[in-house]
Amino acid sequence: MSASPHIYDGENIPRIMWAVVLSLIPAGIAGAFTFGYYCLSVIFLCCIASVVTEIFILLLRKQPVLSTIKDGSAVVTGILLAYTLPPSVPWYIPVVGSFFAIAIVKHSFGGLGNNIWNPALAARAFLQVAYPAVINSDWRILQHGIGNLVHSITRVDPEGKLVDAVTRATPLAKEAGAETYYLTQLFMGNVPGCVGETSVIALLLGGVYLIYKRYIKWYVPAFYIGTVFVLVIILPPRMVTPWANNPFYHIFSGGLFLGAFFMATDMVTSPLTKRGLIIFAVGTGVLTALIRFYSGYPEGVCYSILLMNTATPLIDRYTKPKLYGARAKKG
Amino acid sequence: MITRVKTQLKTFLGGIHPADDGKILTLGKQTITAPSPKAVYLLMGQHIGAPAKPIVKKGDVVKKGQLVGDAQGFVSANVHASVSGKVIDVAPWPHPVTGIKSPAVIVENSGEDVWVEGLNVASDADHLSPEEIRHCIQSAGIVGLGGATFPTHVKLTPPKDKIIDTVVMNGAECEPYLTCDYRLMLDKPHEIIQGLKLMMRCIGCKKAHIGIEENKRDVYAIFKDIVSKDPAIKVDLMEVKYPQGAEHQLIKALLNREFKPTQLPLEVGVIVVNVGTAFAVYEAVRFKRPLIERVVTVTGNGVENPQNFLVRLGTPVRQLLEEAKLTADVNKIIFGGPMMGIAQGSIDTAVTIKGTGGILVLRDAQRGESHACIRCGRCVDSCPYGLNPSELSIVCEAKDFDLALDNNVMECKECGCCSYVCPAKRPIVHLIKFAKSEIAKRKTRG
Repeated sequence: MSASPHIYDGENIPRIMWAVVLSLIPAGIAGAFTFGYYCLSVIFLCCIASVVTEIFILLLRKQPVLSTIKDGSAVVTGILLAYTLPPSVPWYIPVVGSFFAIAIVKHSFGGLGNNIWNPALAARAFLQVAYPAVINSDWRILQHGIGNLVHSITRVDPEGKLVDAVTRATPLAKEAGAETYYLTQLFMGNVPGCVGETSVIALLLGGVYLIYKRYIKWYVPAFYIGTVFVLVIILPPRMVTPWANNPFYHIFSGGLFLGAFFMATDMVTSPLTKRGLIIFAVGTGVLTALIRFYSGYPEGVCYSILLMNTATPLIDRYTKPKLYGARAKKG
Repeated sequence: MITRVKTQLKTFLGGIHPADDGKILTLGKQTITAPSPKAVYLLMGQHIGAPAKPIVKKGDVVKKGQLVGDAQGFVSANVHASVSGKVIDVAPWPHPVTGIKSPAVIVENSGEDVWVEGLNVASDADHLSPEEIRHCIQSAGIVGLGGATFPTHVKLTPPKDKIIDTVVMNGAECEPYLTCDYRLMLDKPHEIIQGLKLMMRCIGCKKAHIGIEENKRDVYAIFKDIVSKDPAIKVDLMEVKYPQGAEHQLIKALLNREFKPTQLPLEVGVIVVNVGTAFAVYEAVRFKRPLIERVVTVTGNGVENPQNFLVRLGTPVRQLLEEAKLTADVNKIIFGGPMMGIAQGSIDTAVTIKGTGGILVLRDAQRGESHACIRCGRCVDSCPYGLNPSELSIVCEAKDFDLALDNNVMECKECGCCSYVCPAKRPIVHLIKFAKSEIAKRKTRG
């Protein structure tokens, strides 16, 4: 005999995770158009390596393998990690990164639900430290870009480098003389960047779908992006670039949309309550703007979210839900 | 579909609304009188408070309406025979809610339905004093028929220092699947309002507020019409949301008054009565009929003929299920609604009690495999009492009862919203119930 309630709504973890996978597909397709088909193999490698690592660790931990794999969470981590990598990374980067994400960040804390940091982002931060040359410098873009199917079919040379591509600076590069892009280019994603982060419209499509399905809360990306938007207008810039105080240029560049819709909204590593989530989102926005404006890095989404992940237990502690009737006069 | 402005409807924060609330199965059907059972099983402890004491013995002949269980003390309720016939046994019988065996008077039905002299006769209610009204209610054994089964005469005797300014009548019927209150409100609206007025007179309360969920607009119109010349009684439409009919949410929605989950409505000058209780009060005062029958919704996908039945107290559930054509592959039989109802261990011993508003038969009530919490926050958003079910479920699972107390585990009313929405299928309410019982045990051990 089981306790009440006896009916449940249809939601479950696999449904949520596979919906996230679905919502990430447009950004992957946009990435393939922008950077060539090699980045599909980056995505594929990340997913395979994540799932294989998950199976391996589950066996080690003597946990049920099949039901956990079916929940789709390892695939989500794999895709998200791939989307934060440069499009032409050598094959071992996805493998090492996925292993780190699943084995160290996720399972050493107890598996799904117990990790402190977003596994994909923590792995990306790890790769950035472990392979700085690969992660920071190799920005390439197809010469012909989005929409030009014929030219997007790219040949890859034996070292995995894109042949039909040129090296260019990312939109957020602060060096004098770095290239500036049109807002429409940024919005469509036809700019140098990581596999799945450049196409704002594709990310928005997936994000709106998740909001519509109520799998993510609209106010997390809204407050995150909004905070960056406002700070970009008011902060005094140190870099001398034409877009330094252009809020639209900032929010459409780098990994902000990917981070705001798909990583800051990671349920496991963000606060529980609405108040907590808004504090979390604003904090992430502040950190992102500060890193972009005043640090040596061009981009700050990854570290901002990881830092706010770290602050999540603290935020939870100070934003407990208000007990019903607590304000009622003492009897 | 008519577009309706949601903001005009009264409601509360949190709660859930199942997309398919199952009411469609029974709401359009007339209530029918269930066939008189061969025997009735009258439990002595079917209300909150001390169990009644059996005052008949094996072999006695009883008439319909005769007192068979005498209330013990003030917080207790009388139990009356719901059929006429012979007492075949006075023996322990399992309680359908607690599962614990308690004394029961088992009466074999002679089929004659002979009333006790002096009962079931029209009497003048207009000149009764408050004290006489309360006495009528007390002797009729009326308890809260919304399911809580708190003796009504106790509710109508508020402590001297508490001033009750409003009687709130609950016509929300927010539990999915149940339609017994809805059918009663359609069939007996005048009687219900009379019952409400009797209770208002009984406690000298000048105002009443009736809350109806928006999915019962027909009932709202009927009530509105009946009280149109009576400014003391207000009728309001409320949003369709569970648990809209729970005392805290009802009072918040209608009167915007808040009180702690562990407190009673009288803290904010309110008593809450269910429409079924109001009808029982009317019957008791106006016709001297003790509480021996009520409307029960027998429903769910496990019966072919879901229906509201007028049921004698103590009717074996098997008989009702046969009336409703029980299917073969049933997985769960629940007393009450799907959100707070109690799953039955044995269909053969289950009998109806005063608080039984529904018998729900489900073929596919499986929660599914439970996972670790993924902190999605749905439970926190749905909790109408402002608790953190996510954390509660984790600390209760770890048996850290001190931390559970810190997280206000005792304030949980077990409404079930959190378990309903949980995508990790965590048995949150179950874990909380377990922690509460362990904490209670610890207290008694000192």
